[in-house]
Formats: sequence, structure tokens, C-alpha cells
Amino acid sequence: MHELSIAQSIVDIVIQHLPKEESVTVRSVRLSLGAMAGVVPDSLEFCFSAITGGTPLEGATLEIEHIPLTAHCNDCGRDGEIEPTLFACSACGGTSLTVLSGREMQVRDIDVEENEGVR
Amino acid sequence: MSVITIERKVLEKNDELARQNRTLMERHGIFAINVVSSPGAGKTSLLERTLERLAGRLAVAVIEGDVQTDFDAQRIAKYNVPAVQIVTAGGCHLEANLVHDALGNIDLSHIRLLIIENVGNLVCPSNYDLGEAMKVVVASTTEGDDKPLKYPAMFRNSSVLIINKIDLLPYVNCSIETLRANALRINPSLEVFETSCTTGAGIPAWCDWLLARTAAGKT
Repeated sequence: MHELSIAQSIVDIVIQHLPKEESVTVRSVRLSLGAMAGVVPDSLEFCFSAITGGTPLEGATLEIEHIPLTAHCNDCGRDGEIEPTLFACSACGGTSLTVLSGREMQVRDIDVEENEGVR
Repeated sequence: MSVITIERKVLEKNDELARQNRTLMERHGIFAINVVSSPGAGKTSLLERTLERLAGRLAVAVIEGDVQTDFDAQRIAKYNVPAVQIVTAGGCHLEANLVHDALGNIDLSHIRLLIIENVGNLVCPSNYDLGEAMKVVVASTTEGDDKPLKYPAMFRNSSVLIINKIDLLPYVNCSIETLRANALRINPSLEVFETSCTTGAGIPAWCDWLLARTAAGKT
């Protein structure tokens, strides 16, 4: 259950990027998440909603962009998606793979709304 | 409504502290390993056999991570090596800042090998770089032979696999050949050792490897 500390890191990063000169509410946060990032999306969403109360992120949705595990096969040269539990090239079955994507965990961008009447 | 671009890694703070830890240890010529496994695979027993074998041959320090209690640190205390206990109080893994603080309590000038025993967990610790030179994953025969396929990230991110409790092979439903093949499928570059902390089998080979790696890093 490290999703709580990951959710906290996301909130910390977002707050650092909010404009200081105006009051805003964060409507959504986009996160890219690799298939091998070792994070359970449901628990991350739950933790995110649990800790955002009372912050400018209250009520914001966490939009998760799932990044598949992809690799370059050093045997047949193919770049493609890999089943994490098989870890073999889906074309030739080769196991000498260079991972191309699947470990990402990155805050991409946020949608914010200016709070009316508050300056 | 407006969009603010951020593009920052969620764990960048941890990664930055891990880089600082790595620089600190490299400066002192310390070879650091991060030992990970599920709970009960035998990390602490392996550590005890390793410390026995290396006594008088290599200056070792230990960082012990546990969710609660300092039982493991007590087991290590009798080997007369510098040991720092980190109690995560519920946290399921060690993070770089905890190791950073622990390093402040060790006189690094005489240490050649640092063994960090992570919290027993095959999922979360794979995300957190502590600044180690490599991860060592311990899988015991009592856990069955399919662990590498169930927890590919951990086996992929480790450099060494220790298959522990090989003395129990006659009694458990585990094929060591299958376990080895599954692990090498996830990570073909894994260095594999087979050990029993009860009989001592395989401990000399593992310790010889540690001695060689530590000597190699000293240059």
C-alpha cells in the first residue's frame, strides 16, 4: 500500500505548480502510469480523493493514462507490447528484451479554474 | 478553465535523494545492496550467515528496515557490525530519505559493504531507489516457483537472485529449475545463487561474490 505516499507526492507536485497570484481550484490531474509501475490504479484514485479534501485539489479527478509495457526484441528486432507475466517477445518468443516503456509515473498536466470573486 | 503543464516524475524527490546517497557511498568506495523479498523468505537469516562468514574479512554495515519492532536489529547486534534500525511504522517499503538519515548515523569511512534489508514486500520497494548499487531479491523455495512471474517488476529491477531454503526442496511443491527459468525469463542478466541458511549450503559462494564485487568497486 504505497499508493498513499504516491498520492501525496502527486498532490505536493501539483500544489507547487499552482499560480501564486490567484486563487484556483484544480478540476483534474493527468497522470501517465506504466503497466510495470507497481501501482494499483483503483487504490491510487481512492487515496488521491481521500487526501485532497481541504486543498485546492478538493474534488479533482485523477485521470490516469495507462502506458503499456513495450520492449525492443534483441532477437528479431521487433518493437512491441509485452505481456508483463510472460516477458517474451510476442512475435518470436525471444526473452532478450530492452524495455521501452511501462515504468512511467509522471504528472502530465492539470486543469484549473479561477475562483470567482477571490483575488 | 486553463491547463497547466507539469511533466514531472512523481518520485523525483525520492530519486534525487537516492542520487545523493549513491554519490555519498561511491565517494567512500562502499558497495551497497538493497535486499528485497516477500516476508519470511529469509532475508535476516541470510544476513546473519553472511555476517558470520564475512567477519574479519570485510567491514560491513547494516540498515534494517521493519514495519514494527527492532527484533531484526537485535538479531544483527551480536555480530558487532554498525547497524541502524529504521522502523517505518506501517510503511511498506524504505524510501531514500530514511536511508539518507540512517547513513548519517554510520561512520562510513571504514565501511566497504552496506547491506540494506528492506521491508518484506515484493511490490512497493521496486519503485523506490535508495541509492544502492544493486537490488538483491531473495525468493525461498516455500513460496513456490512462480514468484518471478507474479512480481515481474521486482525481478526485472534486481541484479541478483538468491534462492533460499533449498534444504526444504524435498518437502515443498517447488521446482528449482522452474523457479530459475521463470526468473531468467523476466531478467536474463540475473546472477543466481542457491542457499540454505540452515545447512549453510551456498553461503560461501554468495560471500565470495560479495568479496569480489566489493574489491572491484574499491578502485
